Amino acid sequence: MALQLSREWRQRVQRYQLVGGRCSSCGRLTFPRRPVCPDCGSEKTEDFRFSGRGEVYSYATMYKAPVGFEQDIPYVVALVKLAEGPLITAELTDVEESDVSIGMPVEAVTRRWREHGPDGPIVYGYKFRPLLRPVSPG
Amino acid sequence: MSMLKGNDVYIIGLGAVPVGEHWNRSLRDLAVQAVRAALADSGGAKPGALFVGNMLAPYLSDQEHLGALVADWSGLRGIEAVNTEAACASGGMALRQGYLAVRSGAHRAVVVLGVEKMTDSVNGCTTAGLAMAADAEYEAAVGLSFVALNALLMRRYMYEFGARKEDFAAFAINAHRNAVGNPLAMFRKPIDERTYMGAAVVADPINLMDSSPVADGAAALVLADAETAEHLCSRPVRIAASAVATDSLALQDRRRLLELDAARLSAERAFEMAGKGREEMDFLELHDAFTIMSVLSLEACGYAAKGEGFRLGSEVGRSGRLPICTMGGLKARGHPVGATGVYQALEAALQLRGDAGACQVVGARVGMTQNIGGSGATVVTHILEAV
Repeated sequence: MALQLSREWRQRVQRYQLVGGRCSSCGRLTFPRRPVCPDCGSEKTEDFRFSGRGEVYSYATMYKAPVGFEQDIPYVVALVKLAEGPLITAELTDVEESDVSIGMPVEAVTRRWREHGPDGPIVYGYKFRPLLRPVSPG
Repeated sequence: MSMLKGNDVYIIGLGAVPVGEHWNRSLRDLAVQAVRAALADSGGAKPGALFVGNMLAPYLSDQEHLGALVADWSGLRGIEAVNTEAACASGGMALRQGYLAVRSGAHRAVVVLGVEKMTDSVNGCTTAGLAMAADAEYEAAVGLSFVALNALLMRRYMYEFGARKEDFAAFAINAHRNAVGNPLAMFRKPIDERTYMGAAVVADPINLMDSSPVADGAAALVLADAETAEHLCSRPVRIAASAVATDSLALQDRRRLLELDAARLSAERAFEMAGKGREEMDFLELHDAFTIMSVLSLEACGYAAKGEGFRLGSEVGRSGRLPICTMGGLKARGHPVGATGVYQALEAALQLRGDAGACQVVGARVGMTQNIGGSGATVVTHILEAV
């Protein structure tokens, strides 16, 4: 895939702030926002910012990657069930595959998605890491 | 007295090249051979149109505009021609378009071609090309391959229903066993459970033996109306049903992740159109791009309850209760992506003509083909019947 600068730029809000959509008619949440609600067909949808909290719904480890992602092999990708309901597709980060399980609590962070050669820009977006918990005293 | 009916559509010609790595042959070479073979087999049909199914020529071969290109190089310059694209269901969709063209009365006879040339590119490009079947902005951009999407399905399926990895082995073993007698198949050798369990991992939990191989291939059919079929062909195969349904491209947007709604819808429409129940199918050519897709398809089409499809492994053999992938399926015949749907129909037609040789399902009279684009976003179902 060639780098398409305007395409990456256009998605900055949803990618960095996890902004999806909410149907004003039936309340259905989607990521990303859609012009037509997939449930009730309403054209009235509005921005909805997700908390970034969720849990691993399913995951897979990549040993063979598309162009632009080879340097990350092996890496773990997942469907994350957001706390608000919808599923989102993302890479997991800051975790070893052996520590991943279905149901594991995760949170969104902004990380590097891919590079376009040594001189090209770097594309950033959401990934999910294990939810950080405070160390319990004693 | 004609035994062929009214506005029904018939398959009257079959042609294909063996699926494999054709290093010395180009996209157009493969296409022309299949088209000419199908025309020869049809007994001299004069097609009014050509419908091509192809997914990756623009990406892997820098070639769009396959309709006119193939028509010209096949000696059919002047006829109507167009390429149809629906990812891995491109071939099935080309058949659908050809069916509609004859059924509508627009053409008396047409050629349907599925063609894919995959060995002109290296691994990373092929992987990225196949990922175009998924949602570019919400799946591929994130770093998922097409295999990864199926791995997400398989992992969740195993978690929800308690299926073990070895439960999927029977589907790969069946495909390889069935391909042994198919001269068009890429892998004509049997495998056992040990081979399956020991295969290299592609996207855990999916290994190489869960996955169909990408390859070069071309397959063609000649379709005709009743009068033309009656005149030219001694053993036409009737297209008893043709149905298409769609679902979200992205897995994250599915109504329920483990239910292939489009497979269910297109199968239900096809059964209704054919006036036949699912239990009347003598065999199924399923879209076993990955073992998990066989399982989910069987459930979606009503052959198993939700979460039970993986238990059918012992019944899907050629002489079993529910024969699937009778000539090797995608797994062992090979998966030349946009050509696959046409290979499925060609194989079903061979079964129904009694020409399947060592692969013959004894007494087969009616069979179903199901071609899936993406991980279930476009599903094309046909029911074919011996006349």
